[in-house]
Amino acid sequence: MANGAQDGSRLVQVQAPAQRFAYLQAAVDDAAAEGQRGEELLIPLLQAVQGKFGYLPAEDLAAVAEILHVPLSRVYGVATFYNQFRLTPVGKHIIRSCTGTACHVKGAQMLRDALQAELGIAPGQTTPDGRFTWELVACLGACGMAPVIMIDDEFHGRLTPQQLPRILRTYSA
Amino acid sequence: MSLEHLDAAPPQSAPGALQTGMTQLLVCGDSGCRSSGGDAVLAALQEAVRRAGAEGQIQLVRTGCHGFCEAGPVVLVEPVHAFYCRVNESDAADMVAAARRGEVLERLLYRPDPQAPPVVHPEDIPFYQKQVKRVLARCGRIDPEEIGDYLAAGGYQALAKALHQMTPEQVIEEVKRSGLRGRGGGGFPTGLKWQLTRQAQGSPKYVICNADEGDPGAFMDRSVLEGDPHSVVEGLILCAYAVGASEGFIYVRAEYPMAVKTLRRAIAQARERGFLGRNILGSGMDFELHIKEGAGAFVCGEETALMASIEGRRGMPRPRPPFPAQSGLWGKPTNINNVETYANVPMIITRGADWYAALGTERSKGTKVFALTGRINHTGLVEVPMGITLREIIYDVGGGIRGGRKFKAVQIGGPSGGCLSAQHLDLPIDYDSLTAAGAMMGSGGLVTLDETTCMVDLARFFMNFMRNESCGKCTPCREGTQRMLETLERICGGQGTLDDLSYLEKTGQVMKRASLCGLGQTAPNPVLSTLRYFRAEYEAHILEHRCPAGVCKALLAYYIEADLCRGCGKCARQCPAGAITGEPKHPYQIDPEKCVRCGGCVDACAFDAVRTA
Ligand SMILES: Cc1cc2nc3c(=O)[nH]c(=O)nc-3n(C[C@H](O)[C@H](O)[C@H](O)COP(=O)(O)O)c2cc1C
Ligand code: FES
Repeated sequence: MANGAQDGSRLVQVQAPAQRFAYLQAAVDDAAAEGQRGEELLIPLLQAVQGKFGYLPAEDLAAVAEILHVPLSRVYGVATFYNQFRLTPVGKHIIRSCTGTACHVKGAQMLRDALQAELGIAPGQTTPDGRFTWELVACLGACGMAPVIMIDDEFHGRLTPQQLPRILRTYSA
Repeated sequence: MSLEHLDAAPPQSAPGALQTGMTQLLVCGDSGCRSSGGDAVLAALQEAVRRAGAEGQIQLVRTGCHGFCEAGPVVLVEPVHAFYCRVNESDAADMVAAARRGEVLERLLYRPDPQAPPVVHPEDIPFYQKQVKRVLARCGRIDPEEIGDYLAAGGYQALAKALHQMTPEQVIEEVKRSGLRGRGGGGFPTGLKWQLTRQAQGSPKYVICNADEGDPGAFMDRSVLEGDPHSVVEGLILCAYAVGASEGFIYVRAEYPMAVKTLRRAIAQARERGFLGRNILGSGMDFELHIKEGAGAFVCGEETALMASIEGRRGMPRPRPPFPAQSGLWGKPTNINNVETYANVPMIITRGADWYAALGTERSKGTKVFALTGRINHTGLVEVPMGITLREIIYDVGGGIRGGRKFKAVQIGGPSGGCLSAQHLDLPIDYDSLTAAGAMMGSGGLVTLDETTCMVDLARFFMNFMRNESCGKCTPCREGTQRMLETLERICGGQGTLDDLSYLEKTGQVMKRASLCGLGQTAPNPVLSTLRYFRAEYEAHILEHRCPAGVCKALLAYYIEADLCRGCGKCARQCPAGAITGEPKHPYQIDPEKCVRCGGCVDACAFDAVRTA
């Protein structure tokens, strides 16, 4: 789902603005067909931006503001309120470790310590080689398999710190 | 489509009721089983069926959650009705071969313990015996992606009955008489809420399904949406008919992409069949249903914040009244209910309020779905009648505490809920008994704890969550969560005083009374309930600088058991603080002054010689 940061910045430089933002207009048209209108589209549009780039590039935030005729401050306010949105580029794979209750009582902290040691970064950061971005989430909804982490779209449950290095190796650089 | 057409609608694949000669393998495709390899099992089964050339004989169905996540990946075989546990890819060929012969593959059956005889049918497994499956009746039994399965199981009959035989008022009356109360946490009577929305002035009116499921440690709503999406869609259409709404929204949590996908498909299929859109089933009713994906904010589970989020704003709550029934989405009368609440409605309409209300307690009717997690043998998704005791849930359904340890507490209701102790094991569970005990039903997260869980650390954990998720609009919540968290961190760090305990109680009371929304009003619950039932544990941290559960790192003293130490020096090389010294082949020592209590030496030692006190 997540495109690399490089893609994002490259597009900014080489494509004409109108063309670059065509995907946003398409998203607006789709939503209009569903009867959705105006500011109601703000969050869906931000989701479209993030779906395309993996984060919210500043130019696209400005484009969203223009399309919806709302101040950029409003767009920024919404983008920073919700945990889902990122303002910085992401790595190739996204690791989400669960910090929810079920995982907490089954040793999620030990997994996080092991991840920190293995990746050499703190939650919220991307490895210098751009391979992994590591995020914390409140619950992945697979609590029965606690402790759980999710890498891209794959769940890894009943996990022990010892299993981590082997699992990480299966995700290419 | 009229009622007669509906009856005649051919099921594309019939659940339970099989076409003669066909064997069904119902493979759990829920996140729980997927995380333990369910996808690979399904792929292997497809391959095995193809190889055996058994496509005309064996039907593979990817279902929603069967509930017994602990035993996942699970597969149910029909019509022999055998339940396979912890299935592996390498079992696929054998499963297919057995299915073709109409036999049961004994080695995959559930065994209560390794010596016990295997159990064939799911109903005979202790985990399922005390459960009553109403909301989850079809979860794990049908293909959630096929509306035909839902129809064959009696789906959309309630809608047809309501539209053709009942007035909106009669629908409301039936829901009222059933005693159904909101499953989203508060327990407000559902029928009454619908009536208030129907009677409110203003148009258009809206209906909303709250699928934000923010409680970290709960997955009931996700499982229903992924396992039986049409029951929720049907409940929503019934509600729209009852309150007079023509547009509805399902607000789904960002972390549930599978649920969104399943719902999108369900809505499209319902529209194709004429259950959504214009002139539904020829009744003249119009209704459109949209999905709104949340963006990751716990507070958006609160109804006014949720509506702000749908409108495209920051998800901040506003004071109530006015309640959504009077002034909700875009200022119009709006009915908002939880996923499970809606999923209860179709059966109330088809089978009647009296049937529904026959189960449960005086003031809480029907069943409740719980997500059973934590330090318990059978983690999973369970549905039990209201009024069942905690003991029955934890020991009979949940199989008791893992590793033969001792039960310590159960955390119920998530970050808004509380911790109950052994003295509550025989408490019959309903909305009112839980509130009286200082917890709450909440959404249905039930986390079991044993003596390895520190209650102070758990209170700190929840307060940290609430501090992060407080939207910051009102002062009691914004400041209160921060101050309470700092105090709890002090206690966990061994710097607490007894005054801190009264400070926690006082601040908690202020937050309960003065906060704007339910988040701040309930955030102190985990702290207040643990102070009430586990005060001695707080005191041990403060007075004896000791964490009885051995969790709070700052309070642990590390030492090396001289008898066990071989003097390999691995721990010393591992120690980031240079706190471990010694001579090779002689016992090493830890300098408590230098030790930073990271626990690295415990992991490094191959001889289990590093101990904590
Ligand atoms: C902080 C907070 C979080 C909430 N989260 C949820 C939630 O995730 N799901 C839910 O159904 N209700 C949640 N609620 C309750 C809703 O505000 C609302 O009462 C509920 O959706 C009404 O549905 P019901 O009557 O069917 O229970 C939350 C309330 C608060 C204060
Ligand atoms: S608590 Fe970790 S997946 Fe729910």
